[in-house]
Amino acid sequence: MGAGHAGLAASHFLTERSIDHVVLERGEVANSWRYERWESLRLLTPNWQSRLPGHRYEGPDPDGYMTVGEVIEFIGRFATVSRAPIRTGTNVTSVTAVDDGYQVTTGRGEIRCRAVVIASGACNQPAVPQIRHAVPESVEQLTPFDYHSPAKLPDGGVLVVGASATGVQLAAELRRSGRPVVLSVGEHVRLPRTYRGRDVLWWMDASGVWDQRYDQVDDLTRARRLPSPQLVGTPERSTLDLNALAATGVELVGRWAAVRDGHALFSGGLRNVFSLADLKLKRLLDTFDEWARTHGHDAEVDPPERLAPTRMPESTRLQVDLRSGEIRTIVWATGFRPDYGWLDVPVVDAKGQLRHDGGVVDSPGLYALGLPVLRRRKSTFIHGIEDDAREVIAHLTRYLRVRH
Amino acid sequence: MTMVDNGVNVQALLDARQALKGAPEAAQFTWRASAKWQNGVHSTTTVSNFFGLGQEHAHKSDAVFDADHPEVFAAEDNGITPIEYLLVGLASCLTAGVASVAQNRGIQLRSVESTVEGQHDIRGILGVDSDVRNGFNDIKVTFKIDADASEQDIEALVAQSQKRSAVFDALTNPTNVTVEVA
Repeated sequence: MGAGHAGLAASHFLTERSIDHVVLERGEVANSWRYERWESLRLLTPNWQSRLPGHRYEGPDPDGYMTVGEVIEFIGRFATVSRAPIRTGTNVTSVTAVDDGYQVTTGRGEIRCRAVVIASGACNQPAVPQIRHAVPESVEQLTPFDYHSPAKLPDGGVLVVGASATGVQLAAELRRSGRPVVLSVGEHVRLPRTYRGRDVLWWMDASGVWDQRYDQVDDLTRARRLPSPQLVGTPERSTLDLNALAATGVELVGRWAAVRDGHALFSGGLRNVFSLADLKLKRLLDTFDEWARTHGHDAEVDPPERLAPTRMPESTRLQVDLRSGEIRTIVWATGFRPDYGWLDVPVVDAKGQLRHDGGVVDSPGLYALGLPVLRRRKSTFIHGIEDDAREVIAHLTRYLRVRH
Repeated sequence: MTMVDNGVNVQALLDARQALKGAPEAAQFTWRASAKWQNGVHSTTTVSNFFGLGQEHAHKSDAVFDADHPEVFAAEDNGITPIEYLLVGLASCLTAGVASVAQNRGIQLRSVESTVEGQHDIRGILGVDSDVRNGFNDIKVTFKIDADASEQDIEALVAQSQKRSAVFDALTNPTNVTVEVA
């Protein structure tokens, strides 16, 4: 289910094993890339890393970052060359367990199958906290699904909530459009775009951080909930951390805790989320340096660097009056969650997450792909799908063989 | 790994975490204190029982705390001021956190000392200037920690202790507070 990179990778391995299958897609190939992304978005990973099974980037700019249009084209080409049996415009409304398999109800009829691979994505709906209901009506509220470009927003100040990749990118873009921007920062992951002359994702890849398996991660629940790192793919390959944002005049405030009497109240714990992110960054860079030293790569990269700590603003506001007109728009960059409303199999926990072990869902013949740290730290990245899909489809193949 | 003993039974805490995953109702605690006016601005507050794990509990013995104001406030200084109790709460909570996190991370502590300073502009409580807030403007905690760990690991201990601290959260985030006459 789903003709994004994950569903198509699954299809590739199913075809390779001559297993009859169809790929159901509610809209078009790479649908969420077409309709649920903002205009300026580029991938966080460099082009050389954009690879799918048997399919890789072959353009002139390996160190660049794909635009949304290029991603759609890339995934579309993969769909064509892999000759995936896709049924577009086929919305799944329910999946139920029946004898020896599953009954799938779609907008275009029923399908009986022995196994289902859920590849509908981890970001089907924006996760917006309850305090949105306490925001005065005079303030417009948007999620990244509704956000297209600064030009579409009302003039005036913007409060961006959340400092993941999405939050920092939107804050930067809105600030460049000339608006006053306040960024509410909770726990976040800080990364430089390049380190010792290489893309930071080269280091993640080469040093094996990204290959770390889900069953070797200390706290898997935490790892799966980690916000996306503060990165942006731009031609200048620049670092977009909180220091860079503050330098452009973005005002940093703490985590948004409550609305009281029309005032947004922010946590006074900003300094601690800065130091947690700085400490984790330093630990990661130490890992890279250690790997370079022990694997003989020191000579081929620049000397080790250390980044300046995140600068604490001289003073931070603990509240902002939402009725004063200072803030005209709130952009909730507070994460996304998958939508399993159509799944009538009891495998979703109280928090709306699928119960699975490395993509093997807690119901025979049911599988998942493309979720955070599904089998490896790289699981949600485009290049991360190949290893996961190969292993999950291998499990599915064994399952079908045993049941036959 | 060398055995680390900071006197914290982390295993019990980890077991509790696991047990409470499936029993959120047992995790609902109510902490209580009752205060009694003595004279002037002097009061005594007694802490004796609390509710948790589905039932009432009593502390081994009642704890009684005097609160008063200092002589520079024309009071008798029978105890520390109420807002100083927040600093006591913060320092002791963070210190407990440092010990627990250290135990969990296999770090042997030798000594943990901290000083806490709260900047307080008393023009707020005196009504001199309505733009000045009543509470602290700024609180600074400085830890001095002697432990078998790198400077970076010690910084991480302190940061993690804040992340898990009840008092740090209570001070940095707004809380609904209802005060009424019974």
